[in-house]
Amino acid sequence: MSEHGLSIMEHVARATPEAVARRVRGLSDRAIQWLFISPTILLLLAINIFPLVWTIRLSFTNYRANRPNARLLEIGIANYVSVLTDPDVWAAMQSTAHFLFWTIFLQTSIGFGLAWLVDRRFRGHGFWTTVILIPMMLSPAVVGNFWTFLYQPQIGLWNYALQFLTGIPASSFSMIGSVKLAPWSIIIVDTWMWTPYVMLICLAGLRSIPDYIYEAAEVDRASKWRQFWTITLPMALPFIMLAVLFRGIENFKMFDMVNLLTNGGPGSTTELASITLKREAFEKWRTGYSSAFAIILFVTVFGLANIYVKVLNRVKNR
Amino acid sequence: MTATTLAHSVVEPSGRSKGIAGTVIVVYAVISMVPLVWIFLTAFKSPSDSIAYPPKIVFHPTLDGTCNLFTTISRQTADYISSLPPPMNVCDRIARARNMVVAGPSNFVPRFLNSLIIAFGSTALSVVLGVTAAYAFSRFRVPAKDDLLFFILSTRMMPPIAVAIPIYLMYRELGLSDTHLGMILLYSAVNVSLAVWLLKGFIDEIPREYEEAALVDGYTRLQAFRKVVLPQATTGIVATAIFCLIFAWNEYAFATLLTSGQAQTAPPFIPIIIGEGGQDWPAVAAATTLFLVPILVFTVLLRKNLLRGITFGAVRK
Repeated sequence: MSEHGLSIMEHVARATPEAVARRVRGLSDRAIQWLFISPTILLLLAINIFPLVWTIRLSFTNYRANRPNARLLEIGIANYVSVLTDPDVWAAMQSTAHFLFWTIFLQTSIGFGLAWLVDRRFRGHGFWTTVILIPMMLSPAVVGNFWTFLYQPQIGLWNYALQFLTGIPASSFSMIGSVKLAPWSIIIVDTWMWTPYVMLICLAGLRSIPDYIYEAAEVDRASKWRQFWTITLPMALPFIMLAVLFRGIENFKMFDMVNLLTNGGPGSTTELASITLKREAFEKWRTGYSSAFAIILFVTVFGLANIYVKVLNRVKNR
Repeated sequence: MTATTLAHSVVEPSGRSKGIAGTVIVVYAVISMVPLVWIFLTAFKSPSDSIAYPPKIVFHPTLDGTCNLFTTISRQTADYISSLPPPMNVCDRIARARNMVVAGPSNFVPRFLNSLIIAFGSTALSVVLGVTAAYAFSRFRVPAKDDLLFFILSTRMMPPIAVAIPIYLMYRELGLSDTHLGMILLYSAVNVSLAVWLLKGFIDEIPREYEEAALVDGYTRLQAFRKVVLPQATTGIVATAIFCLIFAWNEYAFATLLTSGQAQTAPPFIPIIIGEGGQDWPAVAAATTLFLVPILVFTVLLRKNLLRGITFGAVRK
């Protein structure tokens, strides 16, 4: 394998012109180090940091991207004040919190349960695990869009299946049309897509527990129940927390699936922070205001993630 | 030897518990596949079968959806249709049966090609940037290494919509909006953090002794990198590339905000495929199926490295 790889690389090397080879021969490690790192840093500066700085700059102005020639006013922290006192923003934060709480709760409990079962290593567990993992690899936008079809009251598959199983008439409710059910419609799709993700991480956690600990517990005649609470769960906890961190960050930013499934509706019942941000920035064109909102969101994710990582490290080192 | 056999007998779950576990997992897997199976079935339904009540599981398969996806059709009078030469292909025939004629190809193929160009372009760029930066971070004493690595990771925490505003303005100034190059640069910037973190993990695992031996043999640092490290890191590079490819392929937020025609990829296009009277679900399903197939293949290929990829290398196995 590596021999084969080497021979290919040798061909490449031979194809490199002599002059080039001679020119780079003299490069010191230091030069190579910066030659290797700087393109990445430059790209990130240009496409991540520069825009971020620009966002900060815009957040202190009344700029509107659809009127580039209007007079630009410095308005200080007025945008931040109006974001933080805007009831719509708080409603969006509340929707986001509801979405975050339930998706994380459901994905962690189902995901851990599935991992615990897969860890029994029954025959064919490898194949079925791969099948379970498929939803998380798909495009949330393209699949989310198709779920609007699955959720249709009359012709949709889910309502019909429910009618078939429980007798509740299929046309009596609409998952994405009703104010009460819509927040759950997005939670269901997200849970369907991302439970496998949590499962995979939990599985790694369960497999990291060495067998001898269980053997010792057996020798001490600890019950299976007690083994679960004193060995399995505590030792898998750092992994579960890692899964929660990744899902938390992703779902705080959630945009694509919800934008296509409900687009924030009905009313604004599923309007998560990113959807509000899109409306303010690209529909109402309040660029300054939405920049302030974007900065507030970024600082929130960043701050929460940092605190969480500190806690996670403490749990890990326990 | 006896110890391990004994240990095994203690920890190995009983046959019954395996049976229950297996059943639950299989049931979950089958239920979670229902939406995908439904997408696949809908792709072969006629428009009226697709919206039938109750939903049809058994139906007469047609290529209506596929034809509507690849062509645009227009309504014509029966006289005009009868004056035409006989239908050239199956889509012609399907259209004429409904008093329509094929007016030309749809936008789907160009959108799909855009997806391919942008996904492969940005993957190539992020892997090249990623493998070089990862090598430097792995082997050299870079000043403020941890801070730089964390900086690279933290760019991933930004909500896409938050950076989309200034990127939109910046691209408008630079003439990059709605171009392949603009999207390739943007996706590379998002992916390079994953690439650096993943590849650093893979390169860390290659023993330094290999390179040091090569250096002693008179290789330069660059030669050692090319001839010793790169071949050893092939698995990692391939896995990283597939992860970057999947992200770029699936991405929707930037694509919908920053592209409109020229460089629009498939994800923002598929949801707006509409036929006569609302969304043309068989066409949408056909597009979705075609769009998902590459990802299914990749998922199977990635099986072994999936965990590492989705946790940015935080969990290795």
